[in-house]
Amino acid sequence: MSPSSGKNISDGLNSDSFRELSRTTRLRLLAMHYHAGVGHIGGNLSSIDTMLYVHHCLMKPEDVFILSKGHAAGALYVTLWTLGVLSDEDLDTFHADASHLPGHPPPGYFKDIPISTGSLGHGFPVASGIALARKLLQKSGQVFCLCSDGEWQAGSNWEALIFSRHHNLTNLVLLVDMNGLQGFGTTSATASLNDLKRHFETFDLEVVELNGHSFDSLKEMNALPNGKRAVYLLNTVKGKGVSFMEDRLEWHYLPLTIDLYQKAVRELRE
Amino acid sequence: MTGDLGFKTLEPLRNVLGNRFINAGVAEQNMISVAAGLTLEGMNVWVYSIAPFCYARPFEQIRNDICHHSLPVKLVGNGGGYAYGPMGASHHALEDYGSLLTLPTLRAYIPAFADDLCSLVPRLQDIENPAYLRLGRCEKPAGQDAGKYSPWRKLLPGNGIPLVLVGPIAGEYWKTCLELPEDARPTLWVLSELPVDDLDTIPGELLDQAIVQGLCIVEEHTAQGSAGQQLSRLLLTSNVLPRYFWHFHSVGYPSGTYGSQTFHRRESGIVARQVLDKLGFVS
Repeated sequence: MSPSSGKNISDGLNSDSFRELSRTTRLRLLAMHYHAGVGHIGGNLSSIDTMLYVHHCLMKPEDVFILSKGHAAGALYVTLWTLGVLSDEDLDTFHADASHLPGHPPPGYFKDIPISTGSLGHGFPVASGIALARKLLQKSGQVFCLCSDGEWQAGSNWEALIFSRHHNLTNLVLLVDMNGLQGFGTTSATASLNDLKRHFETFDLEVVELNGHSFDSLKEMNALPNGKRAVYLLNTVKGKGVSFMEDRLEWHYLPLTIDLYQKAVRELRE
Repeated sequence: MTGDLGFKTLEPLRNVLGNRFINAGVAEQNMISVAAGLTLEGMNVWVYSIAPFCYARPFEQIRNDICHHSLPVKLVGNGGGYAYGPMGASHHALEDYGSLLTLPTLRAYIPAFADDLCSLVPRLQDIENPAYLRLGRCEKPAGQDAGKYSPWRKLLPGNGIPLVLVGPIAGEYWKTCLELPEDARPTLWVLSELPVDDLDTIPGELLDQAIVQGLCIVEEHTAQGSAGQQLSRLLLTSNVLPRYFWHFHSVGYPSGTYGSQTFHRRESGIVARQVLDKLGFVS
């Protein structure tokens, strides 16, 4: 494995081929997590379609992607695998000793992972700094930042929202995985965040709600609001694609047993 | 970048830097993360605030976003130790460099005198790792020349045990010791860079004195994580054994009351005459 940025932008995807890409990538994700014996699968499955879409259909070579919800590192790793940046051998080291693929994105090794995350509320502020630098230096390229919905309980994100609005960082695109579940309950039961849309609108963001699992819906991101700061609220399902995981809190944490792994694989292959 | 501080100080810098001067507001966590993002894009970033707001509130951002990536962000904390005196405990920084030096690749710089910054600032501009610059009030005695800046400097010769001062507190000791005859005062040294982790960086003359006469270190910082701890560990693990080892440091707020920087130094027993008395130089 070596640091690489061998992105191969596949802009010819359609609804059918994206569905197949999504299915294949989910299978690879489950295999990786099963063999590593680790959880965090639910939040990976809710955000994996967004990561695939952004990397395959939206990002240009000069763009940057920041995964603020670092516990979805697995989905990022397999997304980079679909682009040829990571190999099967690389993914086999997930969570292993002496690995460059720990449970949350590592610092300073992959060009495609510019910042280590894992503690929530860091990615968006760092992304704001990158976006401001590009504005000051008159460099091109968008900065995409994917957060979780529960993560918006972190004050640092609101600090960054004030900052990015003040500096009018139109090159910063915020994505929020609205799967509705967090570490110990639903987001609505924990902090009544159902009105994130309204909050973002008060910060003069162009708020667009999408189905975070639908290619046709995600396509709307191709028409990034010109000259406006945008946030995409991606309505998703935690554990999406595996029936016994869908919308279930415990799959924030649980690793797969062999029986459940085989059941999940059967479902995805059908 | 500043966290909304620098009134009557940073205005000239703001005028020179134009849109490269950023007031990040009262939002230090975001400020540190933004600094990391700016640095990732190749910008050379200095971050300024009152010391505790610079290192304590955004500690995780310093750890994760700056130090885990070894980004050469310069953190400038004004008012190290009790420098903000009557402002109260929230504005004091008694554990700043001790906390920060637990983080990978970060080094702390504690200039003793205003002139030191003429050497330090250009040097920090080109460093490759995170830096914490702890500023304090210059207490250099009038008419004295501290010589060229270096991490270790001998300020004043004496006949007694060497006394190592960390940062600006050196000025008060210098002034007090000038009133004593050379054969009845300690040799004064000032230490301005941490960690102390390499025996070769310590002047041989100081080590020789320590072995023969002992060693005393004084600092406006808690014992935990202090320069004294670092120095004693380095000496012991290097099998360099000072004849005696004294360490005078901040002890917090023993009376539960608040006052000037000098008041708090006195409560900690680190005012020059208190230490010199304990060492037998004055009575």
